[in-house]
Amino acid sequence: MDLPATLLDGVLLGGLYALFAAGLSLIFGVMRLVNIAHGDLILLSAFLALTVTTHFPIHPLLSLLLVVPLMAVLGYGLQRAVFNRTLGNDILPPLLVSFGLSVFLQNALLQIFRADSQRLHAGPLETWHIDLPFGMTMGALPCLMFIVAVLVIGGLQLLLFRTALGRALRAVSDDGQIAQLMGINNAHLYGVAMAISLAVVSVAGVFLGIRANFDPSIGPTRLIFAFEAIIIGGLGDLWGTLAGGVILGVAQTLGARINPGYQILAGHLVFLAILTVRPQGFFPRSR
Amino acid sequence: MPFKLLETRGLMAFYGDFQALFGIDFQIEPGETIAVIGSNGAGKSTFLKSLVGLVRTKAETVSFDGQAIWGKPAYRIIAQGMSLVPEGRRLFPSLTVEENLSIGAYSRRKGPWNLDAVYTVFPVLKEKRILPGTALSGGQQQMVALGRALMANPKLLLCDEISLGLAPIVIREIYEQLERITANETTVILVEQDVKQAMAVADRVYCFREGRVVLEGRPSDLGREQITKAYFGV
Repeated sequence: MDLPATLLDGVLLGGLYALFAAGLSLIFGVMRLVNIAHGDLILLSAFLALTVTTHFPIHPLLSLLLVVPLMAVLGYGLQRAVFNRTLGNDILPPLLVSFGLSVFLQNALLQIFRADSQRLHAGPLETWHIDLPFGMTMGALPCLMFIVAVLVIGGLQLLLFRTALGRALRAVSDDGQIAQLMGINNAHLYGVAMAISLAVVSVAGVFLGIRANFDPSIGPTRLIFAFEAIIIGGLGDLWGTLAGGVILGVAQTLGARINPGYQILAGHLVFLAILTVRPQGFFPRSR
Repeated sequence: MPFKLLETRGLMAFYGDFQALFGIDFQIEPGETIAVIGSNGAGKSTFLKSLVGLVRTKAETVSFDGQAIWGKPAYRIIAQGMSLVPEGRRLFPSLTVEENLSIGAYSRRKGPWNLDAVYTVFPVLKEKRILPGTALSGGQQQMVALGRALMANPKLLLCDEISLGLAPIVIREIYEQLERITANETTVILVEQDVKQAMAVADRVYCFREGRVVLEGRPSDLGREQITKAYFGV
């Protein structure tokens, strides 16, 4: 494989990592909740899509019409029933509860779906590709993933900075107590934020399932990728998160080019290097 | 008996095990401006926070606009028509001036106040509307905080130490605007450390000391000595 082709693959892979990270970043921004179960929720949505596509003969991307609203409702309920009870001045209780949720989800998925590798079959989309100069090819699927990532992040950005809901979310993020004085019901707004987060998660989950094999145990690694993309990009900036995802994706594909066994390691090494040199990330939100 | 816009009887407030208010009896009629005075730690700010539901309280009654509001969450009380200008202004740092004002209208109460009305009263805010709220001077930030509270079209406006940390000339300007604002039938409770300022604008005054009401009356009926005694408890 040529170097330009490797770089292109990495960039496009970064789109998927940005999708992993966007929902996590939103939740941390709005309520300082570090959702350890985020990776397992990605897997949950992949398995939901699997269930839908085995019962109805539809394309996995179409299953999103069902999976996205389901996950959003689940997110709202989860926030109101569980996470809202843990929020306070201390960030530890919500962290621990989400850790518990992670363990629960992994085992529940294992119980229901077994440890077998699964895959969402997307038909010709998996193999379609465009020939580019210099012997490069661009797969339709990675390309689509990247475009969707850009659209999702652009959409979130519009939501946060151009709508009344986004204004309220930023206000609650700034000062939860004063936000109540504006007539904002924080508990409801946190629920809405989690619903949006899990809607994004379901898009990420379905792409994950189309792109590669998955089983109930791989959630925590997706969480790590999401964290790394966020930290590299700089906390609080969604476009930064996309850049972080791209850097991570390129590092991984370059590592894999040297030796297939180095893929994950190369990503972590680049992350650690950036954390050492520029711990605030490349695009930290200035306050 | 005239209609009371707000009435509390036996209002007590708590921060954990610490009790900050010990049975406050308070009433305000529509259109009145009331000043709550008292030294540091007398419970003035706590009183305002208790009214909007930000502090844990007990009470015989807290009624607002004919409805019991005790124990309701803050967002419901705000939606019923109470607004608080918090001590220290507390603008949202990541929102622009205009966004800070707009979010005041979150509960969508109808009334005379909107962005244009606020910009008419404080023209300087229009010039700075795209700046972050925290990039403004103290006085301008106070205008934003006041405008933000007005955007909710409150029946009752609560102002906590709006003169704190501001230059005398700025204080005078803000109070002038406040008097114009209250002229159009907004009812106001002011918490103020500056007794002279409070007496000048208020129809009635409540003096708090150590979480209790120690004096209440019209400024014209109260002697300077009487107030000093109530204020310091000597």
